[in-house]
Amino acid sequence: MTFSPQLEARFSKLLNSYPPGRQRAALIPMLMYAQDEIGSVTDELVDEVAGRLGITALQVHEALSYYSMLHRKPMGKYHVQICTNISCLLNDGDKLWEHACKKLGIGHKETTADGRISIEEVECIGACSWAPAIQVNYDFHHFVTPERLDEILDGLKDKP
Amino acid sequence: MADLLKFTIDGKQLHAKPGTLVIEAARTAGIEIPAFCYYPGLTLQAACRMCLVEVEKMPKLMTACTLPVSEGMVVRTDTPQVHSARKYMLEFLLTNHPLDCPVCDKGGECELQDMTFRYGAGESRFTDEKVHTPEKQFSPVVFYDAPRCILCYRCVRICNEGLGVGALGVINRGVVSEIAPNKGDHLECDECGACIDICPVGALTSGIYRYQTRPWEMNHVGTICTHCSDGCRTTLGTRNGRIVRGNNRDSSGINGEFLCIKGRYAFDFYDHPERLLAPLARVDGKLTEVSWARALETVAGKFQQTLAGGGSFGVVGSNHTTNEEDYYLQKFARQVLRTDHIDHHRTGDLATLLDALSGQADKLATVADLDQRKAILILGADLALEHPLLSFQVRANYRHHAARIYALTPRPVREDKYAVKSLRAGRPEEYFAALESLRDALRSEPEMVAVFDDSVQGEDIGKLVEFAESLGIPVKYICLLDYSNSRGALDMGLAPELLPGYAPAARPGMRLREMLEAELDVLWVVGSNPLKAAGRKAGFLVVQDMFPTETASQADVVLPAAPAYEKDGTVTNVTGEVQRLKRAIEVMGAKPDLEIMGFLAREMGVAAVLGPWVPDAVFEEIRARVRGYGVPAAVIAAGGAAQTTPVNGRIPAEIPRAGEARRAHSAHNGLFASGTLGRYSRVLTSVLEGRLGR
Repeated sequence: MTFSPQLEARFSKLLNSYPPGRQRAALIPMLMYAQDEIGSVTDELVDEVAGRLGITALQVHEALSYYSMLHRKPMGKYHVQICTNISCLLNDGDKLWEHACKKLGIGHKETTADGRISIEEVECIGACSWAPAIQVNYDFHHFVTPERLDEILDGLKDKP
Repeated sequence: MADLLKFTIDGKQLHAKPGTLVIEAARTAGIEIPAFCYYPGLTLQAACRMCLVEVEKMPKLMTACTLPVSEGMVVRTDTPQVHSARKYMLEFLLTNHPLDCPVCDKGGECELQDMTFRYGAGESRFTDEKVHTPEKQFSPVVFYDAPRCILCYRCVRICNEGLGVGALGVINRGVVSEIAPNKGDHLECDECGACIDICPVGALTSGIYRYQTRPWEMNHVGTICTHCSDGCRTTLGTRNGRIVRGNNRDSSGINGEFLCIKGRYAFDFYDHPERLLAPLARVDGKLTEVSWARALETVAGKFQQTLAGGGSFGVVGSNHTTNEEDYYLQKFARQVLRTDHIDHHRTGDLATLLDALSGQADKLATVADLDQRKAILILGADLALEHPLLSFQVRANYRHHAARIYALTPRPVREDKYAVKSLRAGRPEEYFAALESLRDALRSEPEMVAVFDDSVQGEDIGKLVEFAESLGIPVKYICLLDYSNSRGALDMGLAPELLPGYAPAARPGMRLREMLEAELDVLWVVGSNPLKAAGRKAGFLVVQDMFPTETASQADVVLPAAPAYEKDGTVTNVTGEVQRLKRAIEVMGAKPDLEIMGFLAREMGVAAVLGPWVPDAVFEEIRARVRGYGVPAAVIAAGGAAQTTPVNGRIPAEIPRAGEARRAHSAHNGLFASGTLGRYSRVLTSVLEGRLGR
């Protein structure tokens, strides 16, 4: 598999960050970075990463199936993650989730027909102090209300 | 001893070496701390939280399976807090665990059942519906029932660490976590079944044993696996005259709990539909079932007639029959039939090794040595496929004692991963070039075990021993052989040039191949298939076998024999360790070879010459007469293993000169092949067919 020179550079930096024999530690960041570039974790990517780290494809699957931010299918250009864990739930995070589903007409880990937006109901994203919180790709939004959510989602429609 | 730590568990003053885990220290003091994920010999997991104990000056309950003892530590395992922790852990484990114990294979010997009985609550507070997923079949051998799984990771670790395969993993998260096979929906592995045996619950079950019986309805017979030469002890579970299970959970024998697919499941050849259960004799040119009386009469009559007429006999022995049978057979051949033409299919050039080691003591390694000695040199064999126990021992040695492994093999092998040096070499000249390059490394080892297969024979063995002895370190050797009693066959003198105990024969007779090509008056084949791809030349052919092999189908008389699992006696494994076979079942119609030979002797009126055909009596004679077999009878009788010390002088084995045909030919059986027995084992053939179908 070939990756962009930037990604290759990140990989080699990662692989050199761990003591010899501990390269397996680079597994999750490698999958994350590669997912950002190719859109999802494909079978081909699993084998490629396993080969580079000297582990089995099954060992990659173990990590891959554990972490919800690693996707086997491509998500939308903007992946909206809505937290419904305890702090956000107490601040109506579940209502945000229902609102997003109704507004976009899609469900958990589904993508709009134009491929721009996908939504995911996630566990704690570590923003409890500013609950309810959502995450769009790597950007956080705090104290989100249904109205604010509408603005955010509408803004994504024609965001480059 | 100053280096021991003093600590207290449940008020008992105890001592242990630094590094000892609390759970182990408690166990040696007779205090049980329950645990699912902790397993001696495997890495620590701390997944199940069953072993929580109270430790003074520690704020929370600690996992005894990961906590090393320290000076002055005070541990309590019998407090209300510990009791309630155990109770709640079990309640959690049972939230999704189906209560299908009445139909579960594990019911009655299930650790979860036992612990719930001992430490658990009688009822659960969870009223939610249980998460159910259907059962999956990973391979012909392995079935997985996810809801029963308690995710202790024992199977994952035994496969990864013990077997070096790593075919199992845990995927997903939380309540939907489950064990997954390495190929998505199926397994590609050794199919050894270690994961099934080690499973504390009924999550992994075997395709062979499932739904056959309740555990308490079986009888258990500890005997020796009859496939390869490693000599693993397998405990056969029998019910109503049938073998339904093989395992070695009691860790008896030289193999501990280890078994490969053959030892665990490939006992199933015994009830193959083609198994011979009545004697056959030629009637109008066709092999027809006859009575035992008639068959024995025919053979004895022919033997006597040939003897009287001064005719020639050839005798071919087996790699699977017991020491007693081999000894009795050679005695029969040499003393009654007065022939020197006796041989068996040789799978390794052991005689030459023993000759090369003459005059030196303590040069033969045991199975335990592979787990204990600091360095291991492997020449030729793919141990993981051909000698699974030896390979397991080498791996355990690497994991536990950081053994240094040198592998010189023609193809990539599993040992490559752990070896300090692995080189591709398959022919003697390549070995010696590679060995020279390793000379300095090997010389710096404190000791070594050298293991070689049939690619080193004749003069090359002498060269190998010369090289190893020139290193100036203690070296022990293992000459690999193929089958369960290949070693015993040679020890007992099933060879034209060697009498029992490697004494020289006065007039060496014909070798196996010469016998097959000669026009002998009578050829007597016991438990072997030498005419697999050849027509018979002998005037009269008697065959003792379990199956209608190519040789048996050419016979004049076929006497149906019993396999190792249906007889008593002793066998000697590849490292020369003698162990006792114990009869697990009896199958109507077939007889152990010793009994067949005894009846033939009686029919011929020579029983007095040969002595009683009772295994114990023959073994006593072997112990008294065969050099090296003076092993302690009590050890053998108690089911232990004792290494023989064969001869310590020159052996008159003729060493084939360069260019001459090789004397020994290994079949290099892989994990799913086992000579004739393998062809008649459904589990071995089904695994092979499954692989071909993909």
